[in-house]
Amino acid sequence: MSIPAYSGLEPLRIFKESNFVNIGERTNVTGSAAFRKLIKAGNYDEAVNVARQQVENGAQVIDVNMDEGLIDGVQAMTKLLNLIAAEPDIARVPVMVDSSKFSVIEAGLKCLQGKGIANSISLKEGEAEFLRQAKIIRRLGAAVVVMCFDEQGQADNYERRVQIAQRVYDLLTTKAGFPPHDIIIDPNILTVATGMSEHDRYAVDYIEAVKWIKKNLPGVLVSGGVSNVSFSFRGNEPVREAMHTAFLFHAIKAGMDMGIVNAGQIGIYEDIPKDLLEHVEDVLLARRPDATERMVTFAEQFKGAPSAEVIAQQAAWREGDVAERLKHALVHGITEYIDADTEEARLALEDPVKVIEGPLMAGMNVVGDLFGSGKMFLPQVVKSARVMKRAVAYLEPFLQAKKDKDALAPKPEGIVLGTRKEGAKKVLLATVKGDVHDIGKNIVGVILACNGWQVIDLGVMVQSATILKIAREMEVDVIGLSGLITPSLDEMVHVAKEMEREGFTVPLLIGGATTSRVHTAVRIEPHYKGPVVHVIDASRSVPAVSKLLSDNERSGFEAEIKAEYEKVRVQYEGSQRAKEYIPLAEAREKKFVIDWKAEPPVPAKSTGVFTFRNFPIEQLVPYIDWTPFFMAWELAGRFPKILSDEVVGEQATKLHADAVKMLDRIVKEKWLQANGVAAIWHANTVGHDDIELYSDASRNKVVGRVHTLRQQSKKAPGVPYIALADFVAPKEVAPDMLGGFAVTTGHGVDERVKKFEDQHDDYSAIMLKALADRLAEAFAEKLHETVRKEIWGLCRR
Amino acid sequence: MKTLEQAAEERILILDGAMGTMIQRLGLTEKDFHPAGMEEHPILLQGNNELLSLSMPDAIRKIHEEYLEAGADIVETNTFSATRIAQAEHQCEDLVREMNVRSAELAREACAKYTAMDPSKPRFVAGAIGPMNKTASLSPDVNDPGYRAVTFDQLVVAYKEQVEALLEGGVDILLVETIFDTLNAKAAFYAIEEVFEKRNTRVPIMCSVTITDASGRTLSGQTIDAFLISMAHVKLFSMGLNCALGAAQMRPYLEAIADQANCRVSVYPNAGLPDQMGEYRESPEVTAKLVGEFMAQGWLNVVGGCCGTTPAHIAALAEEAKKHQPRVLTPIELNS
Repeated sequence: MSIPAYSGLEPLRIFKESNFVNIGERTNVTGSAAFRKLIKAGNYDEAVNVARQQVENGAQVIDVNMDEGLIDGVQAMTKLLNLIAAEPDIARVPVMVDSSKFSVIEAGLKCLQGKGIANSISLKEGEAEFLRQAKIIRRLGAAVVVMCFDEQGQADNYERRVQIAQRVYDLLTTKAGFPPHDIIIDPNILTVATGMSEHDRYAVDYIEAVKWIKKNLPGVLVSGGVSNVSFSFRGNEPVREAMHTAFLFHAIKAGMDMGIVNAGQIGIYEDIPKDLLEHVEDVLLARRPDATERMVTFAEQFKGAPSAEVIAQQAAWREGDVAERLKHALVHGITEYIDADTEEARLALEDPVKVIEGPLMAGMNVVGDLFGSGKMFLPQVVKSARVMKRAVAYLEPFLQAKKDKDALAPKPEGIVLGTRKEGAKKVLLATVKGDVHDIGKNIVGVILACNGWQVIDLGVMVQSATILKIAREMEVDVIGLSGLITPSLDEMVHVAKEMEREGFTVPLLIGGATTSRVHTAVRIEPHYKGPVVHVIDASRSVPAVSKLLSDNERSGFEAEIKAEYEKVRVQYEGSQRAKEYIPLAEAREKKFVIDWKAEPPVPAKSTGVFTFRNFPIEQLVPYIDWTPFFMAWELAGRFPKILSDEVVGEQATKLHADAVKMLDRIVKEKWLQANGVAAIWHANTVGHDDIELYSDASRNKVVGRVHTLRQQSKKAPGVPYIALADFVAPKEVAPDMLGGFAVTTGHGVDERVKKFEDQHDDYSAIMLKALADRLAEAFAEKLHETVRKEIWGLCRR
Repeated sequence: MKTLEQAAEERILILDGAMGTMIQRLGLTEKDFHPAGMEEHPILLQGNNELLSLSMPDAIRKIHEEYLEAGADIVETNTFSATRIAQAEHQCEDLVREMNVRSAELAREACAKYTAMDPSKPRFVAGAIGPMNKTASLSPDVNDPGYRAVTFDQLVVAYKEQVEALLEGGVDILLVETIFDTLNAKAAFYAIEEVFEKRNTRVPIMCSVTITDASGRTLSGQTIDAFLISMAHVKLFSMGLNCALGAAQMRPYLEAIADQANCRVSVYPNAGLPDQMGEYRESPEVTAKLVGEFMAQGWLNVVGGCCGTTPAHIAALAEEAKKHQPRVLTPIELNS
């Protein structure tokens, strides 16, 4: 168990795909006035409800803090944790016991059967006390948060943060028996924009310290209390939200693993108005000396929020078309207008199924993308899922009506069951044990249900035994497994083995971000005699299921898949087999032999070095090979066929159009400079594998020697072992020549990319890099042609 | 002589079978449970099996010897409920230290005899530490979910007393078993660490959890994965399952442990599930065959029996274990 893991009644493991672990802060008397009132009034029933809401809203850990002068911390902590322990829907998540008093931390940890987190201890009172506390925490089985604080006080600059982090790490690992993954360092998120210039770098120093810790203290996690950063703007919610959102965006990129956040105070980075974002980031990243002054002035307009402008902005989204509005509602988790918008879409599209497959699915895809790129956080995704369920629930009666008796009715939550005629085909879906990710699986479920199958969705973290039990009881026709994290791959293998062991024969579908055709073919399919099919994305699930469940097509499709996977396995094994090599001497004996007498070398028209500075880019454009361009964007297919591909065609076309547009600007605005150089030398092969270059045709003065490598991996009999030197005539046979060239189209890329990145326009930044890469290849093609046709003159055509 | 670790490297070790089942077979009566000087104890004592180490030491030693004869490498002391908290209901709190010391000595004596007969197969004593009859995670009062019949600190005090006495009696191993509340187990391990620190010595620790039913959870509600994470801070000789289920029902949970544990793995199931009469009827051959399937998977280092198992079961398991290799201890690699 070398990865960070905590537990309540259920495990919480932190994988690198976990994004950011968000710790609920509502059960914290210092952070929530409402919660403080409840505890002071002894209203623990309601306090337990607060904890429950946090878990329901997606908190993966709950932070409990009872630090208030008039509250008996030990007693209150013990009481609340004991009450929570009795509520399985809360107790399933781990608890962070949060107090500045160690006695309270100790009392709290003694109530937890799961592995919790102690928050926090520090070196404030010296090493002896620090180690005493750390040992107790370790003995109680918890992970520990350590504040960057020492005998001299709080670390408020980069150097002190780093120095204390190193010291804490050394002490905990060598003297308190802590494995690094149980250490969480909090490098102090301090308030910026206070008006004191020594506070200007607080946020930047935190972010830099995070980077240092992740790089230098392997395994250690980093946390922090986010709301501190914006304390100067208390009362100005829109500004605080923007600050939290932007701060988290940068801190998470730097490696911050977890944080105490009020999910309600976090927006979406992309949505922060550009001018506000600029001011906020000027402050957070200390980009200009007058950042605070400018921010304070700028922030005035948001005070007493939401200001008129904010309201206007908020309302502006209502003016978009219905698809835009549905997308906005999904991304922002707004249910207010969802029924009306869904109805409008239904009337426009005249088909409830199309509403789901079209605008709703498109919106959920945006949510998936934003989450995947770290621009949305889990609680927000949970809200999005709720909006989606609301919309589907609204459409349910129309789906019923449309399909008549034959209709299906995806229920908004839990098991999605269609009411189907007798003998309806059933598809069971589950995210496998240990994995909580289900956006993709939910989309598959809705799409399959929309296409008329009965979908039984078992949810996330489903044990193999449960899957098989329900599959048998409900006599399902297809089992679909989903997973996003790497360990899920092993779990899928396990489920396949168990299906075989228990004599199942139904088709098994494999899907999810980490799954692949190769893994499915090599690791899963051999364990199960029934059909096993990897489904690359939700849209492919429909044809796969329909073929697998069709009496006419099933056997053909199965045979096709089996054959394909067999081929994949052979290829994979081929690529894995240890290569057999032959000795160099033997390879040289079996070199590629050219009859130089029969085919004498063609002399170049001229020799020397040929320089191409500032080569016109527009001349390179026709030489671009577009297929690798699409591969860079992870769209598979050959150009130009890819533009009309059934699945990716639309995306590819759009991407290509954007690329052409940018190419146009690259050419017109001279973003890039293309430089190239070619050379032709008098040359001959000497010995076996080396090519000598000479100053002139006399071949007396050697100016260089090119060492070429010879193939040595064992080949079929009769196949030569080639080196490049085989293609240049040996000195004793005939005079020959060698050509070389180098090109670049990279001058200007970095500056331009940085501009895009500063504007948070990652799309354009990546696009430019991808295009510059293509242009370099194109230049190589072009130059090669020039050499062949003109400089050397090997061929005229 | 070989250490426990060396023996475990060579083969799958055999733990003994049920103590309670063997005591039941003796057909004892109330007076058998009263040690000398306790004839006038105010309440009935039949069923307080730990007292037998004091009142009938020869009988207990003989049970150990029967298991050793059957091939057990490790025998458990007769101390499952020998804690101040569990003994309170028999009003025998003050005998706790004596029970543990004496029980450890009886097992030691039996092991010494068998080790002397064949020094190439050394026998070991595991001090049995039960789960207590009160739980720190669950309220016994449905109307007051925040109430606890016992606190963590009270558990630590009681466990420390037991652990001290077991070590004093000379056990080779401490076995925290039949864990149904993880918080109680945490208290036991906390106590063990404190005693180790005070005595400046360590012995290997075994940990064995009980999954109560097909929910796949402990009685206190944790999944097996969550339980393993809760125990990750304890340096263990082995982690495993016992009680509540027969081998057949343990399969998925044992597989989860074998997948994840970075220590040795043990299993000692009941002799099947009890029948309608509450009797365990799974034959030694069936138990051995079922556990044999787990051994064939390479999941196990220690096997034995819990409720309903007898020397015949242990002999069958010992025979089966000869056919299999122990689980290889490798650092877990998570490819993430």
